[in-house]
Amino acid sequence: MTQTEFLNVVMPFKDKLYRMAKRLLVSSEEAEDATQEILMKLWARKKGMAKYRNVEAFAMTMTKNFCLDRLKSKQSGNLKLVHSNYADGNTSLQQQLEVSDSVHWVEKIMETLPEQQKMVLQLRDIEDYSFEEIAELLEMQPTAVRVTLSRARKTVRKKLLEKHSYGIG
Amino acid sequence: MELDSIEKLLEKYFEAETTEAEEQVLREYFTGGSVAEHLKEYSTMFSYFSQAKEERFTKQVPLKPRVNYYKWISVAAVAVLIFGIYFGKQNQEQKEAEYAYQQTKKALGLLAQNLDRGTQKVAYLNEFQETKQKIYKNN
Repeated sequence: MTQTEFLNVVMPFKDKLYRMAKRLLVSSEEAEDATQEILMKLWARKKGMAKYRNVEAFAMTMTKNFCLDRLKSKQSGNLKLVHSNYADGNTSLQQQLEVSDSVHWVEKIMETLPEQQKMVLQLRDIEDYSFEEIAELLEMQPTAVRVTLSRARKTVRKKLLEKHSYGIG
Repeated sequence: MELDSIEKLLEKYFEAETTEAEEQVLREYFTGGSVAEHLKEYSTMFSYFSQAKEERFTKQVPLKPRVNYYKWISVAAVAVLIFGIYFGKQNQEQKEAEYAYQQTKKALGLLAQNLDRGTQKVAYLNEFQETKQKIYKNN
């Protein structure tokens, strides 16, 4: 497999890996490093890649495991929090500030979720995976995925409503 | 989209019973401009989700084609081995030659010594000759 072929396989989902890593590791540098690591691991075993039924799912599981290991290891005791810039369009500055502020809350709230809920919410609501895919990726029962997802969504709603009513960021 | 059905979908959404298509409907409704006042809070959630989707991995990954070091290491090892055998053999041959030379030299030395001794002994024959001459002259 040449480099171009490899990139063609990997390109469509590398952003997903990165976002998953970032969801778990929070810091974007950490997430970049993790993604790079995963891609290099994939590259190293590119000969075996044809054997995997679904390279994307495989890479996703790898990312998940890698990040969880990272989190478990002591080194990551001092993860940095990195703020991303949310840039987008045609709303007025006031509105934009307001929206990006409360949108930012959602990210903050998601940071407080347990890892399992984080991952399920990430995979379902951001990456649009099906329940079966999520179950396979996270090695969970499909019903457990549903329960976790519901719990995660409700927590986000609850905390978001709290913030809205108190107006405290 | 009817407000009523949106509310119903939302309820299902929080129970995690919505299908992907239904979630798509919700997402479109909440990221679109006209969200009902009492549902405004939820739009943050959905707009965050669609924003989060836009994040990109921009770092370049250095993908070096893995050089097969083993191949070259074995080539080098074989070369070294062959050289070693070649020079080792040469060295040994030289040593053998040296040994043979020493032995020959020793043998030749021995021969010379013995020959020397032989000629010394033969020198007595001259004595005999001289004596014989004397006798002849006297006669």
